[in-house]
Amino acid sequence: MVNPEPLGWRRIPEGALILEPGNAVQYLTGGWRTFRPVLDRERCTDCLICWIFCPDSAIQVKGGRLLGFDLEHCKGCGICAAVCPPSARAIAMVEESAFQDRAEP
Amino acid sequence: MTQTVALTGNTAVALAMQQIEPDVVAAYPITPSTEIMQSFATYIANGEVDSELVLAESEHSALSACVGAAAAGGRVMTATSSQGLALMWEVLYIAAGLRLPIVISVANRALSAPLNIHGDHSDMMGARDSGCIQLYAETAQEAYDNTLQAVRIAEHPEVRLPVLSGMDGFIISHSIERMVVEDREAVRGFVGPYVPHHPLLDLAHPVSYGPLALPDTYMEHRRQLVEAMRRAERVIEAVGTEFGARFGRTYGLTEAYRLEDAEFGLIALSSAAGTCRVAADELRARGMRVGVLRPRVLRPFPHARLRDALGHLRAIAVLDRADSPGGFGAPVFTEVRSALYGLPSPPLVIGRVFGLGGRDLLVEHVTEVAEALEKALETGEPPEPVDYLAVRE
Ligand code: SF4
Ligand code: SF4
Repeated sequence: MVNPEPLGWRRIPEGALILEPGNAVQYLTGGWRTFRPVLDRERCTDCLICWIFCPDSAIQVKGGRLLGFDLEHCKGCGICAAVCPPSARAIAMVEESAFQDRAEP
Repeated sequence: MTQTVALTGNTAVALAMQQIEPDVVAAYPITPSTEIMQSFATYIANGEVDSELVLAESEHSALSACVGAAAAGGRVMTATSSQGLALMWEVLYIAAGLRLPIVISVANRALSAPLNIHGDHSDMMGARDSGCIQLYAETAQEAYDNTLQAVRIAEHPEVRLPVLSGMDGFIISHSIERMVVEDREAVRGFVGPYVPHHPLLDLAHPVSYGPLALPDTYMEHRRQLVEAMRRAERVIEAVGTEFGARFGRTYGLTEAYRLEDAEFGLIALSSAAGTCRVAADELRARGMRVGVLRPRVLRPFPHARLRDALGHLRAIAVLDRADSPGGFGAPVFTEVRSALYGLPSPPLVIGRVFGLGGRDLLVEHVTEVAEALEKALETGEPPEPVDYLAVRE
C-alpha cells in the first residue's frame, strides 16, 4: 500500500488547494490501521448503518448489499463496529497483526 | 483629475480604498487605524463605493471573513493596528498559506503591556514570518501610493500573497500632509480588474481550500511560498516602476539618500528616515560623509540590494523602532548585519532601538549615533553593538 510519489514544491498546487474533486481516493490511508473490521456476513442484515457512519467511505456496497471494506482506505477507526445494531453485531475489530496481508505502516 | 490635497495618513489610505473599491472589506476598529475604516464606511454610507462591508466582532473574525471572501474570489482589504494585528495572528499565516492576496493596511503601533496607543513597529515585526509581504511607508503620500501598489503586488500571478502595508501610527496616520491624490479612473486603470485564481464560487470548477498537509507534503507547500516571496522582489520593483511611469512617483525596494560617496550609513524604516536625512545633511555640513538607506520592503528582505547599496561603507547604524527582547539586536539590525556578513570587508554595523511607544526620534539622537561610529573608527574601539537611544537610566 504505497502512495504515488508526491509532487515537489515546483509543481505542488499553490495554497495546498485541491484542484481535482474527489482525489482523496488517490491517497491511501489503509496503512494507518491498527485494527481491521471483519464482517460476519451471516449476521449482517444490510441495514447499512455502518455505510452511513464510515468517515472514509470505506464500506463497499452493491445493490443495497454490504460486500466488505475498502482496505486501501479504511483507517480502522471502529465506528462501523460500534454503530452496528446490538441485534446484529456483525463487525469485529481484529488487530492488524493477525493478518498475513497486513497493511504496511 | 490629479489633485493636491491635505489629508491624514488614515484618510489617504481610506481614499485609496475608495478608489480601488474592493469587493469585500471586513474590519474591527482599533486606534490608530480606526479612522481608515470610519472614512471608508462613510464612503459606503454616501453611496460612493459598492464594497460589502463586514463589521466583525474582533480582528480575528475580520481577517477570517477576509480569508473566506478572498477564497470565494473577491478582492479583499482590511485595516488594523497593534493588538488588532496580534489578534489576527493565526489567520495571517492561513491567508498567506492559502495564497490569498488580501491587502491589510496597518497603522503601526506599540503592543501592550503597558498599554500604549502610539507608533512603533512591534506589531508588524512580530508578523514578519507569517508569509505576508511587508511594506513600510515613510509618508501619507507613500501610504496612499503603497495601498494602490499593494493590490497589484498581492494579486500578481507570480506572487499571490497577502500584503501588510504599514505607516507609522499617529506620526503618519494622524498628521495632515500635503499630498497628491490621483484621479479615480486612473487609479482603476492602474489597479485593473481582479482575476481570482481558483475561486470557490466558480461552481463549474470545484476546488477545496484548507486541506490537511501531512509531513509528506507540508514542507513542499512552505518551500513554494518562499519562492513566491522571492519573486515578489521583482514584482514590487516592476509595480513601483510602472506606478512611477503613470503617476510620476517611482518606488523601489529601498530608498537611498547621499549614499554613493558616503563612509557612514544610517538605516531606518518609515518616517524616521526623514529625521535621518536631516541628520545626514547636518553631519555632512560638518564634513562627515553620511548617507541614509530606507528599506521600503522588509518582506521579502532585499538582501542583495542592501549589499550593493551598503557594501562600500565603513560603518552603519541601524535604527529599529521595535525590539527583540533577549535577541542579539532588533529585527532590522539582525537582517542588515546578516546580509552584509559575507562581504570581504563588511562595514561595522551597530543597532540602536529607538522610539518605542511613539517616543520622538530627534535629529540629535541620530547625529549622536553617527558620531559614535566615527569615534569608533578613529579609536579602533567598537561601540556597543546593540543599544538604546534616548532611554532614561
Ligand atoms: S451496520 Fe451491521 S448489520 Fe448494518 S449493514 Fe453494517 S454490518 Fe450489516
Ligand atoms: S473501521 Fe472505520 S474506516 Fe474502516 S470501514 Fe469501519 S468505519 Fe470505515
